[in-house]
Amino acid sequence: MRFGPYGGRYVPETVISALDELGEAYSRYREDPDFVAELDGLLASFVGRATPLYLAERLGARYGIERLYLKREDLCHTGAHKINNALGQVLLAQRMGKRRIIAETGAGQHGVATATAAALFGMSCCVYMGRTDMRRQRLNVIRMKMLGAEVRPVDAGTGTLKHATSEAIRDWVTNVAETHYVIGSVVGPAPYPEIVAELQSVIGREARKQILTVEGRLPAVTVACVGGGSNAIGIFRGFLNDPEVRLIGVEAGGEGVHTGRHGASLGHGKPGVLHGSLSYLLQDDDGQVVEAHSISAGLDYPGVGPEHSHLRDIGRVRYESVTDTEALAAFIDLSRFEGIIPALESAHALALLARDGAALGADGPVVVCLSGRGDKDVEQAAAALGIDV
Amino acid sequence: MSDGAARLRAAFPTDRAALIPYVMGGFPSVEQSLDYARALAPYADILELGIPFSDPLADGPTIQAAGQRSLAAGTRPGDVIDIAAALRGGPPVVLMTYVTLLIAAGPGAFFARAAAADVAGVIIPDLPIDEGDEIRTAAHTSGVAVVPLAAPTTTDERLHAIGRESDAFTYLVSVAGVTGGEVAVDESLREFVGRARRAIEGPLAVGFGIRTPAQAAAIGGFADGVVIASHLVRLIEDAEDHAHAIAALDHYGAELIAALAGARTA
Repeated sequence: MRFGPYGGRYVPETVISALDELGEAYSRYREDPDFVAELDGLLASFVGRATPLYLAERLGARYGIERLYLKREDLCHTGAHKINNALGQVLLAQRMGKRRIIAETGAGQHGVATATAAALFGMSCCVYMGRTDMRRQRLNVIRMKMLGAEVRPVDAGTGTLKHATSEAIRDWVTNVAETHYVIGSVVGPAPYPEIVAELQSVIGREARKQILTVEGRLPAVTVACVGGGSNAIGIFRGFLNDPEVRLIGVEAGGEGVHTGRHGASLGHGKPGVLHGSLSYLLQDDDGQVVEAHSISAGLDYPGVGPEHSHLRDIGRVRYESVTDTEALAAFIDLSRFEGIIPALESAHALALLARDGAALGADGPVVVCLSGRGDKDVEQAAAALGIDV
Repeated sequence: MSDGAARLRAAFPTDRAALIPYVMGGFPSVEQSLDYARALAPYADILELGIPFSDPLADGPTIQAAGQRSLAAGTRPGDVIDIAAALRGGPPVVLMTYVTLLIAAGPGAFFARAAAADVAGVIIPDLPIDEGDEIRTAAHTSGVAVVPLAAPTTTDERLHAIGRESDAFTYLVSVAGVTGGEVAVDESLREFVGRARRAIEGPLAVGFGIRTPAQAAAIGGFADGVVIASHLVRLIEDAEDHAHAIAALDHYGAELIAALAGARTA
């Protein structure tokens, strides 16, 4: 399964049989009425779906957008969209008879979601997290430990998501028989990008139905932040076949793309292989993967999901980037104008509206995927903004 | 069969298992790694030369760290191909590289340069047999063999498919895991090599986690070659200086050959 030329399975031979097994199990269970009923039931009673579509009037007015809607994934149990995928994959792992769950995490939201799902199903859970990310997302480290997960620090390189993912894959290669690797975004070798996309597509299905109900029409524009890109694929899948809906992904511009310190793989990378799939990648002339940079740990990743690479090339989605500074300003705006503290990741999507709001809102309603809440980010944001506590 | 494949097949001795030592190119510098390769060449039937990569998924901590030091010293893929060129006339060289470096260089350009340096083959641990048609075609055109890998988790059906891709030798990963662990020379390894033997024509070399001459000898009793990698990197790391590292490699190479020769006569 590829997305145009992108995707594939560029992994050690050792895990090929596990990928085959996963693909077969997923094909079977995605059609299995018991599995679907159990997952849907948990999404409703445990996660709290459907999440609301909220009309953000004061923020809309500030940004020059008449009808600005937020898809409130921040209201999911555990505080972000990540639980949609983690729950589905852990349920699948349980059906496959796996006893041990591993995951990587950047911002910690995927780690928390996976630890939560593992606790729910009584499975052992090990989460790999870069040392730098453990420091800047300390609250989520504590949450994972509370949930009974082991958090293994990764000291390699800059101690961020790229390195945590590599370590998780090495663990999987070593313990593949009894372990299911819950990858956290639409990245990795096939069939992961498609599985994660399907599990997250609930966001777009709900949003489409909700906007039709309240507005009687589709949105003119849908915006989401893109690191690996799972919340973006999740909401975009609701509108991919509606050509009148403009789709915009917002990457991490870090300290500014001209500085080289950013995470804008689609805007400034070239196709290459990282973590098992071919996709746009930040790399040097030799193909060595370069370090990304973002104030947001969840966007601090040099790769991106292969489906995004394809959507970029065919022009269906436009990808932009905003800087750390712009994201922080939007973080404060949403907090002060709507009483919602967003994740720094989600603040990137909002920051694009701060920049281009009037133009984006000219043709009708704008829907933004508010992928997560910002509790985890308050210490870091306070430090960056010089807020005295 | 490409020229490189024929040279690699011919490099397997008939009276003992082949010794395939590994050197990380550019660790700790290009010049020193060339010296290490030269120290091992008299004992090597085939020499495996690593191109450092930023994110080596199949490698454990030892080779990861060596690769990071090599990159920090400024090693580029072309420098490692130059090391291969400097080793011309010695045992055939196989390059170990991750796939994205080939994509970045352009497969045609990469293999043309490798062939000009007399490189016989390439091992790409993140390129399973169902990926990389363009890379395989470019390698074949330049006469460089692509050495496929098989693992204990590989099904019989896939082992047959791997056999069809293998025109030089096949690299059997001894355990599910990354490089630098510790191999268990047990019934399950024998069983895996036996399964591979029934499915794959041509020599079978076993690697990952082989540290001691005794382990090499035991595996050499039922496989056609042994790859020693992380342990050699550790010998270099642990030596007090460059000269001692060369002496340690020379000593260890002689021990390994003696052990492998003893395995078949015993």
